[in-house]
Amino acid sequence: MKKWSKLLWVFTLLFFISCSEDENDENEVTLLNVTLNFSHNWDGEEVTNADFNTLKYTNANGEQMSIELLRYLISNITFKPLEAERIAIDGYNLVDVTNNSGLSMTINDDISAGTYEIAFTFGFDNEDNSDGAYLDLNSASWNVPMMLGGGYHYMQLEGKYLATDATEVGYQYHAIRAVDITGDEPRFQDTFFEVNLGTITITEDTTITVDMNIAEWFKNPNQWDLNVLGQQLMPNFNAQVMMFENGQNVFQLAN
Amino acid sequence: MCKYLYFLILVGVILSCSDDTTDTTETYLPTPLALEVPTVFSERILPPILPVNNPLTVEGVALGEKLFFDASLSGDGTVSCASCHISSSAFTDNDQFSTGINGNRGTRNSMPLFNLAWNYGERFFWDGAASSLEDQAFEPVTNPDEMGNTWPNVVTTLEQDPEYPELFRMAFGEDEIDSVRVVQAIAQFERTLISANSRFDQFLLGTLELTPQEENGRNVFLMETKGDCFHCHGNPNNPLWTDNIFHNNGLDATFTDLGLGRITGDPADNGKFKTPSLRNLAFTAPYMHDGRFQTLDEVIDHYSEGLQDSPTIDPLMKSVAQGGVQLSEQDKADLKAFLLSLSDEDFVGNN
Repeated sequence: MKKWSKLLWVFTLLFFISCSEDENDENEVTLLNVTLNFSHNWDGEEVTNADFNTLKYTNANGEQMSIELLRYLISNITFKPLEAERIAIDGYNLVDVTNNSGLSMTINDDISAGTYEIAFTFGFDNEDNSDGAYLDLNSASWNVPMMLGGGYHYMQLEGKYLATDATEVGYQYHAIRAVDITGDEPRFQDTFFEVNLGTITITEDTTITVDMNIAEWFKNPNQWDLNVLGQQLMPNFNAQVMMFENGQNVFQLAN
Repeated sequence: MCKYLYFLILVGVILSCSDDTTDTTETYLPTPLALEVPTVFSERILPPILPVNNPLTVEGVALGEKLFFDASLSGDGTVSCASCHISSSAFTDNDQFSTGINGNRGTRNSMPLFNLAWNYGERFFWDGAASSLEDQAFEPVTNPDEMGNTWPNVVTTLEQDPEYPELFRMAFGEDEIDSVRVVQAIAQFERTLISANSRFDQFLLGTLELTPQEENGRNVFLMETKGDCFHCHGNPNNPLWTDNIFHNNGLDATFTDLGLGRITGDPADNGKFKTPSLRNLAFTAPYMHDGRFQTLDEVIDHYSEGLQDSPTIDPLMKSVAQGGVQLSEQDKADLKAFLLSLSDEDFVGNN
């Protein structure tokens, strides 16, 4: 009898262990790799650094223009599942089209299969925009001088345009947090913004391409006149607010 | 039994003698050297680039220093690296174009040497022709306007020297000498040339106040509506004072020297040269890739009123049609005072 009793205990134990393993199997979550690629276009025509340095684009105001440098910062990437807490991805990414760096970033093992609303911040929010805090961005000379509030650029877009007198003139479309330093105290206005890429269902390792239409920076709602707003835009409060407004429709998911 | 025991002991003694002999005459393990990174850098910018295939060692740096100052690397024994890179001039010289062997002169101004391990893009020379510090050190030895030698001749000279074979053994573990080891040693030495103790560095560390003139000069440097120097030349959070990349800063309307364009073959790169660091300007005149400006005043005047337009001029060069950013005389003087606050007396041995 004692022998049967021992055997019963063993079988009971095995039963619970096997149940426990089954439950683990059911709850086990497979984490996937999600790659974000960053592509660029001018009203639908693909733009790479091979297209730089020639006056091949025409902006909404009618100026022929070139691109010689394009880099921008995105941060605070989030994946919001349906009816669950938002998953925030640490870090930021400096996309440098000129040097073909930062055009792809992979998020490893943070995301499981599901349906998500995906978003990121163009630039840094005020909490993250801490002066001198990021050694890699300092090393890339991405800083904004303290007299303009410190922190970092959001975007540097540079090139040349054909001015009204038919000469080629340089432009520097640099986006930062808007600041008015004409008074006794600097007056700030937030110009970072959230880009909501919409809802995506992820079932396996996935690549998502975020596309920037560069022409939009010069188009909507503010038709941009480089003859007026081509240089010295960092301390230009109104220009920064206009960039913020024009940036709202710049990004979208690529097809 | 006893006979076998003696035999084993004898073999053991022979083997241990053999090991000792090998250790003392053929191999040597150089002593690793940790680069001392100044606080003003470690708190602000990324760590230096130290190649894994040429780690710093005490013996390697010492050998590199000896080679750097040794004129026997040149074809006629008259020119060393230090002939054109003089320590009291922040490792440049004060000639427009340096004099090489036979009195030959180059076509570009000698570059000062410091903080080279923080050149993250690893493009060296005014035109970016070299892709590493080791690669850079290869060229002057055989350049007919510089040291005018051949590498086989350099190796023979060093092999016949009473000291070098032993120094190479200590630096690299074996006494074989070749061009790769020569430039590796020189590059190791060059990576130890660190300048980070200027008045402005001390200001960043909180141990010194700037003068009102230096403070205003810093503002001129940083304001987009004034000097706007910072987009290419760094800022207090990037105290290398260079972006280490290539720009056409409006020196010429047409180019006799294509600069980066000569290397890449891309016309869009014509007239672009590496941004030099603004550290140690007090010691490094004349200025620009061709040493055309004798004084800092001339340099500031260039950006203020002297810009020349060309198809590849950098978009950051403002008001080109007016000749530049049109600084007032006071702003020019203040900017100069700020620029001089970036000079490091310790580095040139003045303190």
